[in-house]
Amino acid sequence: MRTVLNTIQLPKWGFAMISTVNKARKRNDSGDAGTDETLDHASIGRALTVQYVEAPHAAPEWARWLEEIGFIAGEQVMLMARGLPGGDPLVVRIGQSTFALRRAEAACVRVASLESIDPIRFEGVSA
Amino acid sequence: MSESVIHLYPSGPLLALVGNPNCGKTALFNLLTGSRQKVANYAGVTVERKEGRLTTRDGKVLRVLDLPGAYSLYPRSPDERVTCDVLFGRAAGEKRPDLVVCVVDATNLRRNLRLALAVKRLGMPCVVALNMTDLAEKQGIKIDPEALSAELGMPVVSTVAVQSSGADPLRDLFDDASLWSRGASQGLPKTTAATQPDAQGHESDHLAVRRILQRLGLDDVIPNTTSDRIDRVVLHPVLGPVLLALVLFLVFQAVFAWAEVPMGLIESATASLSEAIGGLLPDSWLKSLIVDGVIAGAGGVLVFLPQIVILYFFILVLEESGYLPRAAFLLDRLMGSVGLSGRSFIPLLSSFACAIPGVMAARSIANPRDRLVTIMIAPLMTCSARLPVYALLIGAFIPQREVWGGLALQGLVLFSLYLAGVVGAMAVAWLLKHFTASGRQVRPLMMELPSYHLPTVRNIFIGIWHRVEIFLKRVGGIILFLTILLWFLASFPSPPDGATGAAIEYSLAGMMGKGLSTIFAPIGFNWQISIALVPGLAAREVAVSALGTVYALSGVGGDTEQALSSLIASHWSVATALSLLAWYVFAPQCLATLAAVKRETGGWTMPLLMAGYLFALAYIASFITYQVALSMGLG
Repeated sequence: MRTVLNTIQLPKWGFAMISTVNKARKRNDSGDAGTDETLDHASIGRALTVQYVEAPHAAPEWARWLEEIGFIAGEQVMLMARGLPGGDPLVVRIGQSTFALRRAEAACVRVASLESIDPIRFEGVSA
Repeated sequence: MSESVIHLYPSGPLLALVGNPNCGKTALFNLLTGSRQKVANYAGVTVERKEGRLTTRDGKVLRVLDLPGAYSLYPRSPDERVTCDVLFGRAAGEKRPDLVVCVVDATNLRRNLRLALAVKRLGMPCVVALNMTDLAEKQGIKIDPEALSAELGMPVVSTVAVQSSGADPLRDLFDDASLWSRGASQGLPKTTAATQPDAQGHESDHLAVRRILQRLGLDDVIPNTTSDRIDRVVLHPVLGPVLLALVLFLVFQAVFAWAEVPMGLIESATASLSEAIGGLLPDSWLKSLIVDGVIAGAGGVLVFLPQIVILYFFILVLEESGYLPRAAFLLDRLMGSVGLSGRSFIPLLSSFACAIPGVMAARSIANPRDRLVTIMIAPLMTCSARLPVYALLIGAFIPQREVWGGLALQGLVLFSLYLAGVVGAMAVAWLLKHFTASGRQVRPLMMELPSYHLPTVRNIFIGIWHRVEIFLKRVGGIILFLTILLWFLASFPSPPDGATGAAIEYSLAGMMGKGLSTIFAPIGFNWQISIALVPGLAAREVAVSALGTVYALSGVGGDTEQALSSLIASHWSVATALSLLAWYVFAPQCLATLAAVKRETGGWTMPLLMAGYLFALAYIASFITYQVALSMGLG
């Protein structure tokens, strides 16, 4: 994984481009059951990686905010706990930090299970 | 509460500490500067500005600035904006730092190094303080500062902010002259470009950090198992809230129970001081001014110092240990139901000591609407200044008996007064949620839950000392001034010859009180109460000493609180007392809070709105209380 990540040249996208990049990646991952889900629906304790962040139209700034605290493509992420009542807010481990997110915020984060990311195909998408 | 920007150490090079929230930056600042700190505000904003002084081994004197924690150089809260403004050299009355120390949490390089890279790009001389290296080693993270320094292109030193010698390597580095000129030639990037969101820089910083960590063999994610184990209990759906309730209960118990002895000591010290001075001075207006005005007034306020110290002790311990964000997490849902977020919990908790630090703490809330609502309801939390009023009235009017199998009735009344404030605050927030357009928007939480740490004695002590200093300045300043002013108003002019009533009835204060009592008659306040409310407007606790002064100068009884309690018990009806209690739950009787709100919101609109709505609430609540009590035969 380490050597592969070294060679990846992620496109230097602007924020407006995020959704188009996302679509490309989504298409590639489809068919792999359970890889295309949002963080708020993840099961507790499962190791996941961030695929991309997509902010709601009403709050476009959320994308930057989430990225600043570490929700960047390729980062490891895990749902740690859900609050009561109603499973909201959530405790999320992102990289080495722990954050409390509301469900609406976690829904902006598309994740895939860690094993299902095939490094070679990942590289292929980016190239 | 410190009003202005003070340029304490205007000469000498300026060093700024920058870092992510929870990277141990303030602990490092405390270690570097010791007790030589000054807390004030940045010009124009109520963001706390902490400056200290440091002397290097070679005798060089440096000014050290502790900038608010930030995740990036794109500010999302007033706090972070200050950090950016200072770094870009745009802050009013603030020099651009000569050297920036990027404090980096060694256990979380992945996120922390991004900010360091962004700061480096600004072109100032820069050094990285690799903090919490002891914790990192415990977690099995071994970082070679030399290698990291080569990767980053700036000096890197390891620090352990919780050890007394933990900052020595950093301190020694400051004597290196080449450090101060490093990178300075690159100059400042164009401010327009620098303020614009720079997606590419941001993105490449992330990749750069990833590459650096890979080359140093540090890109494994190591779970923080100790914190996780604690969180399994603290954030447990059932155990978590129970624990939170227990913690809050313990805090409030301690505030009342532990403070009793030191409060008694302060009271007796005040009494013996006024006796000693009273014995030395001949009977004159000067004696009356010093004994009835200065000593009684200031002493009556100073008596809350133990409670404030204890409450801050707990708030600081909970904050330092990392528990407060967890409490905010547990309460997020509840706060969300009235349109706030868990983040509002910390300012509101502080408001139980005093609304001013509460209003100031609201600055950490990124969303302007949430911040404003939190500020507006903060005065409804029962601050410690209301306690003497509550204690006096409850002691005088609520019988000491037990109800419902062993619960003290007096305690229950006190608890219900606290509850009334909280319920009132929630109701106001709920109304604002449902009847304002901004109230229906969805706002993010995105709150970090930092790893648990054992609080250090030094940081707790310094934190408490800052609060005590602010409080004592307030006692020495506005409260003392008002007490003297009231004494003056209540003593002059002297009654005409052949007057039959008490002297105070002919004074300026007596006239004001009689005028006001026509407004307050429907809620049962007599003219003595009306007078006491005038200085009580400036600070609630003054109302007790004001009542003392009013009754003392009325010549009806003695001047101790004991006497005051039995005095009002015989002069007032129960309905009046209950009405005054209801008044105190809501009334905005604190000019200092309104002044803080004015600074915080940048104009008179919000403080005036706040005073208006709180007075209206107070009048309505008192009116209902009084009329209901009358109809129950308590008049």
